[in-house]
Amino acid sequence: MLVVRDLVVNYGAIRALHGISLRVDQGRIVTLVGSNGAGKSTTLRAISGIVRAASGSIVYDGKPIGRMPPHEIVRLGIVQAPEGRGIFANMTVEENLLLGATVRDDAAGVREDWDRALALFPRLAERLSQNAGTLSGGEQQMLAIGRALIAKPRLLLLDEPSLGLAPQVCQTIFRIIREINERGTTILLVEQNANAALRIADYAYVLEVGDIALEGDAKKLAADDNVRKAYLGVH
Amino acid sequence: MEKFLQTLIDALAVGSLYALIALGYTMVYGILKFINFAHSDVFVLGAWTSFLVAVAAGWGDPQASAGAGREWVAWVLWAATIAAAVIAAFEYAAWKRRHPTDAFSLNRTRLAGSLVLVAAWGWAALGLAKMAGVVKAWGDNGLFSGLLILLCAMATCGLVGFVLERLAYKPLRKAPRLNVLITAIGVSLLLQNLGQLQAMFGTRPQRMPTLLPTDAPLATIANVKIMPVDVIGAATAVALMFLLDFLVHRTKFGRSMRAVSFNPTTASLMGIPVDRVISVTFVIGASLAAAAGFLYGQKYPGLNQTAAAVWVLLGLKAFVAAVVGGIGNIRGAMLGGVLIGLLEFFGAAYVSAAMRDVYVFSLLIVVLLVRPSGILGRPMVEKV
Ligand SMILES: Nc1ncnc2c1ncn2[C@@H]1O[C@H](COP(=O)(O)OP(=O)(O)O)[C@@H](O)[C@H]1O
Ligand SMILES: [Mg+2]
Repeated sequence: MLVVRDLVVNYGAIRALHGISLRVDQGRIVTLVGSNGAGKSTTLRAISGIVRAASGSIVYDGKPIGRMPPHEIVRLGIVQAPEGRGIFANMTVEENLLLGATVRDDAAGVREDWDRALALFPRLAERLSQNAGTLSGGEQQMLAIGRALIAKPRLLLLDEPSLGLAPQVCQTIFRIIREINERGTTILLVEQNANAALRIADYAYVLEVGDIALEGDAKKLAADDNVRKAYLGVH
Repeated sequence: MEKFLQTLIDALAVGSLYALIALGYTMVYGILKFINFAHSDVFVLGAWTSFLVAVAAGWGDPQASAGAGREWVAWVLWAATIAAAVIAAFEYAAWKRRHPTDAFSLNRTRLAGSLVLVAAWGWAALGLAKMAGVVKAWGDNGLFSGLLILLCAMATCGLVGFVLERLAYKPLRKAPRLNVLITAIGVSLLLQNLGQLQAMFGTRPQRMPTLLPTDAPLATIANVKIMPVDVIGAATAVALMFLLDFLVHRTKFGRSMRAVSFNPTTASLMGIPVDRVISVTFVIGASLAAAAGFLYGQKYPGLNQTAAAVWVLLGLKAFVAAVVGGIGNIRGAMLGGVLIGLLEFFGAAYVSAAMRDVYVFSLLIVVLLVRPSGILGRPMVEKV
């Protein structure tokens, strides 16, 4: 579905990605784990078209998308819930969700996905007219994911959805991510919380300062003690 | 009582024009975070365009006001638009030949697209001007041709706003803000000096023809005559502001605008075409300024040459209105405009007429000291 090859991204003189390759197959949850500053967000930004690759290719369903502007990439069905949630704090919860439907022109379909998103996150339904900036962190993350779902993604990119959330809220979020995947949405999940991510993912890449250090079946990586010690910071 | 009412009417009439201009400053600031210093020149352009179109349509005294080279302006516009259309068509055909199956739009098609748009737009503006002439020839009493001239000025300035943004500001999207600011000052000087060319508006002041059917007051309250020009002017300004407010707060496009203003990158992740939203914002701001220019010319028919200090001062006051109301905040700009109008006119009438500008700029200082984000400006929240 998505094939990234030899992706190099620079921020001015800083090289954030040194030519990474990864692929996401349809229907899977693929996770990209790594410590702070490894280049995880940069990878997602490049896929979404927010930063441009210096070299390498990003191919989605056989089409090169590396030169497309972000809003057209969303139209292809690649939707990102960005790091820090990207909530529009100057708008209500309802308006934030409506922004998710920007690229859609099938009103009936939007209605359906709207109801489905609110069924997943009943808390949002109670707060539709509330200013989105007043939501708690967990609710904001739910809003970010709900909004992305209303855009009807085929490939959902999630950047650290568990960041700054209490363990219990984290659990809920990861359960819902799995649920979304079971309903047919392919997911590329970026996480620092490697344990939780590996538990729900099918396949995993470990990113270390701009390079893929390791990749493999998520369950196997999670089970391998050496891997855990060397790369995942788990003892 | 008489003096009070008269002052109030003038203050509201002029204040609503300040508000119209302030909206352009505030919208562009809200979205791009820079002060578009060329905005007041677009206002002046609106006044002068209205004048040219009105004269061409047969209003006023053509002998007194027609100058050399007026036809030339129309010719340039025609030639440029036709050329733009042809270039765009060729560009598009050439690109299509090389990428027969490619569905992506590259910059080239976008360039071609905007050239076609510019061409069609130029024609539409000219069409409006011609229609104003036809309507006048039919014996219109001024209301219809006035409306057509207003629309023509708005379309022309909207087009100028679009082109300015594409050529001057868009290439600087990632540049430091100071560069954009300096560019805006450059654009402002360019417009002021181009306007003085004999082929454009010339350096002589001109008299804007009165389009309204009558000079008779609509009503007289306590010896104060309520003039049609004030009522129609303020009504038009208020109607435009209601339209804009509806657009920003109640439509999908307005939601996109507010999203871009809050965070362009995140907005693009929602599938919002950020560049297009910015373009439209410029167009709206410029056409509101043009409407203000038209209405101003109706109230104060003496039009000074484009670089005259009075214009600069008017633009500055509108800018102050935007800051006082809270820059980036649309309702703030409207409120600020009316406040500035009231302060200026009441100060001039009751304290000292010579100090009218002092009041305005003192208010700016006070607001910046007491509430730097403006009356309605809440820092980082609810802005456009
Ligand atoms: N806008 C930016 N400008 C300069 N450097 C950046 C920028 N964003 C990220 N970086 C650098 O790129 C590297 C990767 O960052 P990022 O992709 O955000 O990492 P992660 O998401 O894995 O924490 C880091 O060294 C970071 O400092
Ligand atoms: Mg990150």
